[in-house]
Order: sequence, then structure tokens, then C-alpha cells
Amino acid sequence: MEKIVLPDIENLHKLDVYIANDGYSSAKLAFTQSPDEIIDQVKKSGLRGRGGAAFSAGLKWSFMPKSTAKPKYLCINGDESEPGSFKDRQIFEYNPHQLIEGILIAAYAIQAKKCYIYIRGEYHKWVKLMQDALDAAYNAGFIGEKMKETFGTEFVCDIYIHKGAGAYVCGEESSLMNSIEGKRGYPRVKPPFPAHVGLWGCPTTINNVETLTNVPPIIKKGWEWFSKIGEPKHPGTLLFGVSGHVNKPGVYELPSGTLLTDIIYNYAGGIPGDKKIKCVIPGGSSMPALRGDSLEGIKMDAESLRAAGSAIGTGGIMVMDEDTDLVKVLARIAKFYHHESCGQCTPCREGTGWMVKVLNRIAIGEGSKKDIDLLISIAGNIEGNTVCALGEAAAWPVRFMITRFRDEFEARVSGHIARDVSNKVHSMRNTKNPLVPVEH
Amino acid sequence: MNFSFTQENLDKIEKVLAKYPDKQSAVMPVLYIAQEQNGYVSIEVTREVARVLEMDETDVLGVATFYSMYHENEPGKYHIQVCTSVSCMLHGGNDIFNAVKAKLGVKRGGTTPDKKFSLEEVECMGSCGTSPMMVINEDYYENLTPEKALQIIESLK
Ligand SMILES: Cc1cc2nc3c(=O)[nH]c(=O)nc-3n(C[C@H](O)[C@H](O)[C@H](O)COP(=O)(O)O)c2cc1C
Ligand code: SF4
Ligand code: FES
Repeated sequence: MEKIVLPDIENLHKLDVYIANDGYSSAKLAFTQSPDEIIDQVKKSGLRGRGGAAFSAGLKWSFMPKSTAKPKYLCINGDESEPGSFKDRQIFEYNPHQLIEGILIAAYAIQAKKCYIYIRGEYHKWVKLMQDALDAAYNAGFIGEKMKETFGTEFVCDIYIHKGAGAYVCGEESSLMNSIEGKRGYPRVKPPFPAHVGLWGCPTTINNVETLTNVPPIIKKGWEWFSKIGEPKHPGTLLFGVSGHVNKPGVYELPSGTLLTDIIYNYAGGIPGDKKIKCVIPGGSSMPALRGDSLEGIKMDAESLRAAGSAIGTGGIMVMDEDTDLVKVLARIAKFYHHESCGQCTPCREGTGWMVKVLNRIAIGEGSKKDIDLLISIAGNIEGNTVCALGEAAAWPVRFMITRFRDEFEARVSGHIARDVSNKVHSMRNTKNPLVPVEH
Repeated sequence: MNFSFTQENLDKIEKVLAKYPDKQSAVMPVLYIAQEQNGYVSIEVTREVARVLEMDETDVLGVATFYSMYHENEPGKYHIQVCTSVSCMLHGGNDIFNAVKAKLGVKRGGTTPDKKFSLEEVECMGSCGTSPMMVINEDYYENLTPEKALQIIESLK
């Protein structure tokens, strides 16, 4: 199987190796065509975003206004903070120049002269690796003023890294822009959309790291080639990060539409002790959980997963065996979203805290039957009522885990105890609540 | 305690400012530079950052408190962060946390009296495929067992 994003080439992160493998020739080719021609090819290739929503990359670029006096910007989203997601870091480490080349082509297509790669702050090592690659590309004249000579083009652009500082919500595109502007990472109300009012009020496009790394091969080998890989509606390869109860966890690059069971049993080596699977979350912790007995035939692409009642998200596949305590798992997931809620909207701020309380109560055997329906109702009150999609990210795991594994939750509650439910949140971020039970 | 940037760091700030169209946008990288020099972000630090970037002190403070990686208090020489998020939890992340906690004899978020170690429990660090894991200062330690984690900490003494 051909790998597009993470090919098996030793030392590909080094500029000379990348060049020896035809590196930066796609950018050169792109600069001989018009921006519209590039956008057209990317549209036709069918490339869709790898950051969660699977939106057409070419279409997104076409939203950028053509006649404007304002500068335009490109943001590259490498915040990668959703539990279960760990794929973009592989690109920073093993194929940074293909990402840079993809950024150059995208920047040219939308005519952005400044690009910001947003990398989560905890990725110190990967920030350094990416900066090394940028420095090498600058020195060799692939970025900045020297592009004119190197590529024989009028188009010039700069690429900078903006390092995050520990806030999951900054992966949300409008929060990411506020963060680059030196503000607290509060998501913005939309509309206006970033293509019109984005970074510093100017037209802006935000794309995921993996999305842009796919672009150079599309330009070089043609959109038709790309559109024929994997599922036609969601073509190309995807980076699947497999974690949890599997023998060989890791990142696997496979064509979209690969069977979930194939990924788990063949690529990731199956379940330790040959245990059964109880639950799989197929796209990072915010995506609806699937029952282990319903995985047969599920393909890993946006449409197939939607049909199966979940979503592709970031392709982070979390596998849980038959002995897993799902109440604890859900309580832990809920804790994450409560911790990361920025606190702007009442349903998200209050609801996430409330769900944690109720779930913890059930986990220690003090929950009542009423609590189960209460959780679903809180989740329902968050969905659709918030500024950003972190609300849904917090509500979905609760709603779907409980509806699909109701037996597990019912077995943990008593029919008798009907406690008052207190609706109180201790804090917004940096909650002082313990995350795990502590041994005393 | 007063805080002012070293000349070397002022030069660094100059370079950082060139990346952005306005000064405020440099506040995150400048806070990192300040934290590296001072060990943590004190009130004096936010005051100085505000002065250098011509910002409101409260805006700088707002940013410093929003993001969890700016320390309000001085962490230990070795700041240990153990991930207990879902994928790590499935692989015994809680055991790692509790083992390290017992070994250091500190509370969650606490620092040893000799200021050598501080311990924090954190959310997913992007190492789910190599979990469980911990971070010491800027370095990732992955595929841990409680024994391995304790050995690593032992080696720092
Ligand atoms: C709470 C939240 C967190 C997000 N985190 C990320 C992230 O870490 N990386 C990412 O690429 N997209 C993330 N997204 C999605 C982005 O908002 C945006 O849709 C994406 O970066 C667009 O890139 P794409 O079209 O190339 O996928 C997040 C969204 C939400 C609501
Ligand atoms: S949904 Fe939650 S994270 Fe998003 S803006 Fe509202 S409070 Fe903040
Ligand atoms: S869950 Fe611990 S690194 Fe992702």
C-alpha cells in the first residue's frame, strides 16, 4: 500500500533527503499555475479536512475573498489535544518538509503571505523539530524572500510557529485565532466566518496539519490519482492512531474505508489475551462510542461512520476490552471536557461540571436510576446551545455511551436512592477537583 | 521581587515581535521567555510583560491564567506531569500517578520540601499510542510501568 503522508523513507525529515525524493517540486509546479487552478485541482481531488469535520479543503479555500485590500492569512492547526489523537506529531517528526510544501501551495492558492503553525505547547520536542525544518527551508530559499529566485515566482510567504500553552479549546479554529492574537482562547461567535473576518480581522483559512501534508502529492500526481484511493466520497489515506487495549498501538496510514476490524485485528495486532471488545471510540474521545458486538463491516471514512452512528473525527481509535469499566471511562472523559470548557457559555460550563458530578456518583455506587436520564437530559441541553463545538464534544460521549451501554450504567445504580442533584461547578479551568481517586 | 528582562531576552523578544503585526500578539511567546528566566509567572512578571508590550496588566494576567502552562508558583526543579486521560488510564496511568505520588510523598499539585520535584496530573499529552506516559520538564517518557517511572525519578536524584 502506498503511503502519502508518512512514506517509509529513512531520514525524510532532513531537507537533503526530502529534496532527493523530489521534494519542493510540487510547489514549483504549483507556482506555474494560477491560484484558481490549484483550488480547482484540490477540490476535484476530493481532499477533506483531517482535523475533525471532514470539510472539503478546496471548497474552504474558495471561500477566501479574491478582491480585498486586506492581508490574508493561513493557520495550520497542530493543537492535537483531543484524547486519543496523536497523529500530527508523527508528521512534525517524520515528514515536516512535506507539511511545509503543502503550506506553501495552500498559501499560494489563497494568496496568504503569512502562515502560522499552531502547535500545542506540550510538544516542546516537536516544536523544535518543526522549527529546525523551517530554518533549513528558509536557508535553502524555499520560504521567504528567496522564494523568488528559487522558484522563479513573484509569490513570497513567511511561515511561523505559534506555540500554544495548554488549552484544548484552542484547537477550535476561532479560539486558535484569538490565541495567536495574544488573547485568551475564547471561541468566537460565528458568523462571521474566518474566510471573511479571521486573524486580526482579515480573511483567514484554517487547516489541519495532516490535511495540508496531502497537498503536494495531489499537485504532483494529479487529482485523479488521489480521488481513486480509498472511498470515493472521502478519498486518500488517513492516519489512524490506535490506542487502548490492542497488542500493537500506534499510528497506521491506510486508505480511507479500511474496515475497523481490519485495523484493530490485523494492523494493531488484536486484543491482549484474545479478549472480546466491549467498546470502540473511532475518532478521538468526543466521538460517539460503538458497541464491540456491532463492529462487523464498519468502514473507516466519514460517510460509513456516520451511517454506523458515529463520526470519523481525527481517526483516533480507542479500543476497550470486555473487562473495561465504562462508567469510569465515561466519568474520565466527562472530566476532560469539564476541565477544558472555557466557561463562556452557561450550558457548557455548568453542564459539563454537572455531568462529572453525576457520573462520579454513579461510579462509586451512589447513583440512582434517575441519574441516568438526568445525564441524557443535561447532554441534550448542551448540544446546539453553545458558541463552539466543544459543547457537542462534551455531550456526545455521554449521550451515546449511555444509550448504547445502558445495561452497564443500570447495573451500577440503585432504584431506591433518589438524591437531590446539586447544580454547582467548582471552577472553570484548572479545576482543583481531583482527576483520579487518590490512595491515602 | 522586581523582575526585568535580561538583555539577551530583550533581544529574543525583538525577534519574536517581528513575527506578528502587533505587539499584543507576542504575549504568549514573551510570557514563555519570562517564565524561562524567572521560573514562573509572578505578578511582577506580568507587570513587566505588560510594560514591554504596551498592554494592560489585566490583559496579560488574563492570558497567563487562561493557559495552564504558565506557572503561578515556582514548580520543582523537576516538574513531573503524569497523564491519566482515557488511553493512559486504560494502560494503568492512574497506577503510575499514584506510585509517583507515594514515592515523592506530595499531594496532587504539590512540591517536595527541597523543591526538587513537583507533581501534576494532566490530560492527554498526545502519546496515547505509547501510553502510559509522563513528562518531566520538557521530556516525554513513554511506555511506562510504575517500576520504570520510579527508576527514572530515582535517576534524577
Ligand atoms: C473543541 C475543538 C477542538 C478542536 N481541536 C482541533 C485540533 O486539535 N486540531 C485540528 O486540526 N482541528 C481541531 N478542531 C477542528 C478545527 O476547529 C477546524 O475545524 C480544523 O482545524 C479545520 O481543519 P481541516 O478542515 O483541515 O480539518 C477542533 C474543534 C473543536 C470544536
Ligand atoms: S461551548 Fe464550551 S468551550 Fe465552547 S465557547 Fe462555549 S463554554 Fe467555551
Ligand atoms: S491519554 Fe495519555 S497521552 Fe493521550
